[in-house]
Amino acid sequence: MQIEQLSAAELVKRIGTGELTAAQCTDHFLGKIRDKNDDNGAFLAQCDEQAADAAKQIDASIAAGKSPGPLAGLPVAVKDGICTAGITTTAGSKMLSEFVPPYDATIVSRLKDAGAIVIGKTNMDEFAMGSSNENSAFHPAKNPWNHDHVPGGSSGGSATAVAAAMAPVAIGSDTGGSIRQPASFCGITGLKPTYGRVSRYGLIAFASSLDQIGPMTRSAEDCALVMQTLAGHDKNDSTSAPVDVADYMAALEKPLSGLKVGICKQHFEEGLGEEVRASVNDAIDVLKTLGASTVEIELPYTQYGIAAYYVIAPCEASSNLSRFDGVRYTNRAAAENLEEMYSKTRAEFFGEEVKKRIMLGTHALSSGYYDAYYLKASKVRRMIKNDYDKAFESVDLILGPTVPTTAFKFNQHAADPLAMYLADIYTVAANLSGVPAISIPCGFDSAGLPVGLQLQARRFDEATLLQAAHQYQTQTDWHQRSPQS
Amino acid sequence: MNQTLETTQAQRDAVTDADVTLIVGLEVHVQLDTQSKLFCNCSTAYGADANTQTCPVCTGMPGTLPVINQRALKLAIKTGLALNCKIANYTKWDRKNYFYPDLPKGYQISQFDKPICGEGHLTISDAKGAFETRDIQIERAHLEEDAGKSIHDETGAQKPSKIDLNRTGTPLLEIVTKPDLRSAEEAKAFLTELKLILTYIDVSDCNMQEGSLRCDANVNLHIKVDGEKIATPIAEVKNLNSFRAAERAIGYEAERQLRVWKKDGLGIADAPKQTRGWDDANQKTTKSREKEDAADYRYFPDPDLIAVETTDEEINAIGSTIEYLPSKLRTELMESYGLEAYDTEVIVSQGIGVVTYYKTVADFLTKSASGSKSPGKTASNWVAQEVLRYLNEQNCAIGDYPISGDQLGELLARIAKGDFDQTRGKDVLAQMLENRADLEAAIEKLGIKAVDSGEVEALCQQIIDENQGVIEQIKGGKVQAVGSLIGKAKKLNPNINPNLVKETILKQIGI
Ligand SMILES: [Zn+2]
Repeated sequence: MQIEQLSAAELVKRIGTGELTAAQCTDHFLGKIRDKNDDNGAFLAQCDEQAADAAKQIDASIAAGKSPGPLAGLPVAVKDGICTAGITTTAGSKMLSEFVPPYDATIVSRLKDAGAIVIGKTNMDEFAMGSSNENSAFHPAKNPWNHDHVPGGSSGGSATAVAAAMAPVAIGSDTGGSIRQPASFCGITGLKPTYGRVSRYGLIAFASSLDQIGPMTRSAEDCALVMQTLAGHDKNDSTSAPVDVADYMAALEKPLSGLKVGICKQHFEEGLGEEVRASVNDAIDVLKTLGASTVEIELPYTQYGIAAYYVIAPCEASSNLSRFDGVRYTNRAAAENLEEMYSKTRAEFFGEEVKKRIMLGTHALSSGYYDAYYLKASKVRRMIKNDYDKAFESVDLILGPTVPTTAFKFNQHAADPLAMYLADIYTVAANLSGVPAISIPCGFDSAGLPVGLQLQARRFDEATLLQAAHQYQTQTDWHQRSPQS
Repeated sequence: MNQTLETTQAQRDAVTDADVTLIVGLEVHVQLDTQSKLFCNCSTAYGADANTQTCPVCTGMPGTLPVINQRALKLAIKTGLALNCKIANYTKWDRKNYFYPDLPKGYQISQFDKPICGEGHLTISDAKGAFETRDIQIERAHLEEDAGKSIHDETGAQKPSKIDLNRTGTPLLEIVTKPDLRSAEEAKAFLTELKLILTYIDVSDCNMQEGSLRCDANVNLHIKVDGEKIATPIAEVKNLNSFRAAERAIGYEAERQLRVWKKDGLGIADAPKQTRGWDDANQKTTKSREKEDAADYRYFPDPDLIAVETTDEEINAIGSTIEYLPSKLRTELMESYGLEAYDTEVIVSQGIGVVTYYKTVADFLTKSASGSKSPGKTASNWVAQEVLRYLNEQNCAIGDYPISGDQLGELLARIAKGDFDQTRGKDVLAQMLENRADLEAAIEKLGIKAVDSGEVEALCQQIIDENQGVIEQIKGGKVQAVGSLIGKAKKLNPNINPNLVKETILKQIGI
């Protein structure tokens, strides 16, 4: 069996026993990146030296009989919106093309402490704004199942990297679906944790109240393995929750008998692709055979999710992105005076989509509009949260498609940005309400593109998500299929 | 208030000072006395090399997040309690968005609609009665982070501006009064009392030179014209960095606004709020170059921080750490120590150290059975004159004063007992200070001894014999001439009690 076909759990096991060295494993994946990146553009940076050094240290410590850490030797690709000390971190933007952070994001430190090795930084829509990777300021990543199709976004590079076996594990971030939608498009497993479950410290903010970092892997089991390291309170992030972390690996093996699954009516209405619908329905049957029962539920306010999301996220973004003003670490345009320096810098180094959202957010927060936009959207958000609270009184999970369609082609939505925004229609509500959600592969369409199944759970109940996803994956092999490229 | 009343030149010319009311509201920025900044662990110490007290958080690096400094929150609550403010059980953080090079994030974390401290008041009074004692209403007090410092090239060589971010993120409490102050003197009294309170409760060093206390004043006039009241346009005078500057700037504005209004008659609705700065060298306010259009800061809740909930128990616990407030000490000194308002103010305005010292002296004197008729007043005279003079001359704090309160009390007790007079007492004090001597050693060094009655009588007889001319004058009715004889007696024996000399001489010559 080729190294890249092994699960993350298996890689860590073999490295721990000495059957495989961290150096061999790291070399192997760095080689894959070199081979494939020109074609699929998954990575913006490859960390050959740092990764080789780290691997050497892991091997030395294993040889010295020291405890190698739960992820010892595991290569990890990190989304380029997450700060890595000494490694250029661009967030997919020309604004930050020269930015080398002096510090590691909390999750990067945690991964390193657990023995994981950062092998590269993955492509993304600029500042995580996009659903196709077409907004990367450098080049888009491509869907490994078909290079004419988008990998999804904004964590498209991470999804491509895992699907194309350039990394066993990638880290993404999800603001409105940015982990789950590309996971769905690329046929991998992607978890958006509960808001507050994983530290955001070091994640270049898009919309702070919605952003969450999470793992993107081939299987739920690998997701659980990595999540165990990512999860937990961080004193540097006030919004990270001081809630105990469950034993995710132990939760995987529990049978699903007695599990109540809510099927959200709103997720099966107009707009859902027929092939996607069929695959999702098949998945429901699989879960039933595993002992889960299903019940139809309603989340009536989620129909306003996209509208609320496209107010709240740009509002927060307009403020979060103010720091990119040409004064400090960003690129700077030549100008005669301060005002001109600001406007030229921001005009030149921000992409179109980012500028559009900054303007939307700035407008929505302006005096006289605040109540009608931001305040109203916040109220809708509360109603959506109430919907979920009510639903979870009677069900353990909510099931539905991750995205209405499979991966679309490049430029397909160029003329109709609203259609692109609808790619987030089933995913934004989890961000607005803060609940955890996972996307797992559940089939393919007739063009051979993957279909994703979304499961959502109560706040801080990632264990049940991973359990159900894993049990489903014991009965199906969608997650084990690999693209040719 | 009539917003649109048009006045004629004749009407305006007829306005006298009696028709004009000065309206002043203050915004005071107080730097809270914390070791570290409001949202990161960087030091707040003043005077370090530029940009050495910075980290990824306070320089606004992408991905960094703020974490609230709990001590700053406690100090803000303590201050609010001392200012009689309603403390919020629920308070949150908001972003104030604007671009400026010394504002690294492009927004300032502040508090918009849920400040930590709500309405309160501070009582101002004047010991000399320049204005009536009254409560100045406080609108709110909120926490916010300070910006950095821009350093522009002033050589005219067009060199690039520099930015020092050491100050960025320093915790500030902005205290906002209602437009309640009616004169420059009242404004100065407010600031003085505020600073005194902040010092007593130990929340800020209030060092104005280092920017720990900064003040802006909103000033306008209400003018009565034929029974109607007209308001002049508001001027916000910024960066008043001393109480004197505040007092003068407000006084200047009062005069300027009346002069301008008499000329143009423009009211508050006719002209926008103006930002002005105080020019200390020329003793006048000048219009700032800032744009006049109202800035839209697009406040919204900061999603990186969670709201702060504080229970009444927690608030009370913080309140119990307030040991001394100037107003309570004033009452105590007047009621329990019998001091007048003026003497009280001299002591209280010096801070808690001097008050405690004074009380030790007065208490010792009271308990000494020395027969002192007004121990409180006596102690206050000595502390105000002798002790404070020494502190001023030596530029030191009461903690460094070499003589304990008990020792000074003992000295005053000895004077009250008649062991020696006040003048000799001051010699003793000087001796104690000069040689770091204790009381007994100083008395001995000066050779002060009790003089027995036989000695007094003999000495008085000698003086009578040698000064017959003066004695004749006294006998002729000019009793005050005895003063010169007392002087002679003191020269013969410095330890002699002058009152006793006077009594004895008069008795001996039969008056
Ligand atoms: Zn700092």
